[in-house]
Amino acid sequence: MTRQPDLLYSDTEDDLRAAVRSLLTDRADTRTVLDRVEEPSPYLPGLWEALASGIGAAGLLVPEKLGGQGASHREAAVVLEELGRAVTPAPYLTGSVMATETLLALAADGGPAADLLAALASGERVAVLALPFSTAPRKPIEPGHRVPAVADALAADVLLVPRPDGLYAVDAADAVVTPRSSLDLTRPLAVVDTRDAEGVRLAGPEAGPAAVRRGLLAGAGLLASEQLGIAEWCLEETVRHTKERYQFNRPIGSFQALKHRMAHLWLDLVGARAAARAAADALATGAPDAELTVAVAQAYCSGVAVRAAEECVQLHGGIGMTWEHPAHLALKRAKADQLALGSAGHHQDVIAALADLPAPA
Amino acid sequence: MTDAAELKARTRALLAEHPPAETDRPDFLRARFDAGLAWVHYPAGLGGLDAPRALQAVVDAELAAAGAPDNDPRRIGIGLGMAAPTLLAYGSDEVRSRFLKPLWTGEEVWCQLFSEPGAGSDLAALGTRAVRDEATGDWIVDGQKVWTSSAHTARWAILIARTDPDLPKHRGITYFVCDMTDPGVEVRPLRQITGEAEFNEVFLTGVRIPDAHRLGEAGDGWRVAQTTLMNERVSIGGARIPREGGMIGKAAGVWRDRPELRTHALHRRLLDLWVDAEVARLTGERLRQQLVAGQPGPEGSAMKLGFARLNQAISGLEVELLADEGLLYGDWTMVRPDHVDFTGRDAGYRYLRSKGNSIEGGTTEVLLNIVAERVLGLPPEPRNDKDVPWKDLAR
Repeated sequence: MTRQPDLLYSDTEDDLRAAVRSLLTDRADTRTVLDRVEEPSPYLPGLWEALASGIGAAGLLVPEKLGGQGASHREAAVVLEELGRAVTPAPYLTGSVMATETLLALAADGGPAADLLAALASGERVAVLALPFSTAPRKPIEPGHRVPAVADALAADVLLVPRPDGLYAVDAADAVVTPRSSLDLTRPLAVVDTRDAEGVRLAGPEAGPAAVRRGLLAGAGLLASEQLGIAEWCLEETVRHTKERYQFNRPIGSFQALKHRMAHLWLDLVGARAAARAAADALATGAPDAELTVAVAQAYCSGVAVRAAEECVQLHGGIGMTWEHPAHLALKRAKADQLALGSAGHHQDVIAALADLPAPA
Repeated sequence: MTDAAELKARTRALLAEHPPAETDRPDFLRARFDAGLAWVHYPAGLGGLDAPRALQAVVDAELAAAGAPDNDPRRIGIGLGMAAPTLLAYGSDEVRSRFLKPLWTGEEVWCQLFSEPGAGSDLAALGTRAVRDEATGDWIVDGQKVWTSSAHTARWAILIARTDPDLPKHRGITYFVCDMTDPGVEVRPLRQITGEAEFNEVFLTGVRIPDAHRLGEAGDGWRVAQTTLMNERVSIGGARIPREGGMIGKAAGVWRDRPELRTHALHRRLLDLWVDAEVARLTGERLRQQLVAGQPGPEGSAMKLGFARLNQAISGLEVELLADEGLLYGDWTMVRPDHVDFTGRDAGYRYLRSKGNSIEGGTTEVLLNIVAERVLGLPPEPRNDKDVPWKDLAR
């Protein structure tokens, strides 16, 4: 019998959601985010401290004895749903999930990995993996000094750098981090060059890549919750707009041609929620089918977020095409997320391998 | 309040008193009904114990473990899922105690006389007339119903008919229990694209129904019918299915067993559908968990819509995958099955039968309207049929 994951939200998760939503509404509404996306750094001053330390979101994955909140991927997923809804620039997926999960694999015996993990869990420091944001969990990791397209490197104090002899922690100040003009304005990419930085070795050539893969798997699984949040916001805004916008002496949302499109999006969202919850629960419980569940969530949710954002732009008509309306922030995030941590096609290949559905010889 | 432990004890007592191995099936089922273990959420005396619906699983598990016979719910789905909740909600004490027991044991099969050739999606436009015979108080019914499953095996029917053509369409309808053995009832098989006749046409000519078999007030039949239709959607998608349960398991099985049939194009489509089917399974599981937690959501409509689309796409893929065998069809013989199995028979049958999944029980198009208006709160289309007397509507 297939294992049955818990797919609902607990009361604690609902409370956490309310706290994050209230913070983002106060401090990072879409207008505020939009006003900042063309600054050298889109991150809102003070927001990270409030989210990471104030609410304690940075330490959700980390056990209390290692300096965290002792929660799980289920709670972190709820934070990501909210960050997706608000398209918030914050190094949460990259830092508090991917880098943190990587360090969790290495921190059991203390040492520099445990120290760094505690600093991440408290929100005092931010680390990200020095890998292209498109890196999929099953892809071989190719160490290199110069990494294009590292997400949230601009927000990082520390870079986790895979090298042939293991995984290193490199101070961001010792690396050359060059911002790139990114499709997703709210999760900027940078070229990271660590050639001249020595850093501290956290793990050897065996443990290092395994830890990184674990970080990437958690990232891919929880990215589905961010994608769910994006899609949810897009549908809500589209429904709101089409109820209020009148053409032909009727609200445009009363036309079947439009309502059916929104109803289809709602169906997609219902599925995305089940898939994203399943992935978060599988990671939280260390389920034996976690890798398959994550691949299913990614293969499904990345398309849903893109479709919702594209429909949001289209059903807003001309206003959806303007810079002033925040729909484009969601579209850019959704489209970039589709490539992040492995494309849907890549995740389907993983499913083909894990579910015994081999390609033609 | 009845709890799980008490239900377990009651079930064991039933099994001790009526050992399944030594008891006739109908006798066992009647005893189970009398013990209140038929549907525990029903009232005491009517097959239940006023217990929470979720606790039925406790009883079912005990009975299954003991090898007890069941009431073959596939054969009596209309009775269990649609007639029973309506009889319970609107029937008089006499009606409820007369009908519910043989309905549940399967001794009396029920069917549903709702749809008509001229009233499908627009069910409220129905034209079957019921006229009061002032001398006896009975109702005399004339008209035609269609897409009636089980009509050829049914003893009773739930029926809606027009009792006042001068009122707008939703207001002049009355709900009845109709005797299928009345000489004015003629049942003809309706052959469908699969070759079989799972459904029937039912012609009603001067059918006499006693007023005691009216459910709800005269003219209130549309509201009564909502109870029936709401329960139809609850009963779809209730069961827990394993990964690769349903259609996708069939297609995946062929894929694994027949490497010579694999192509790259079909591989991509199979993986797309495998993901969609797995997400649909998780959606159903989440809905089930919501129901158990007492937080029913509107996701039930999503299940029905997704199920239809998936069944069609997967069975279509399976026919293509089978290549030369996909050109064949098992058997076109006209048969009248007493239940339907969407995943039964061969791929060609599945492909054709699944075409009905987006039509029966609410077309996909109508259900999308319902999702848009009731779930998303989008405004309705302007309508010109709501305040017009039924007799003046275009048809």
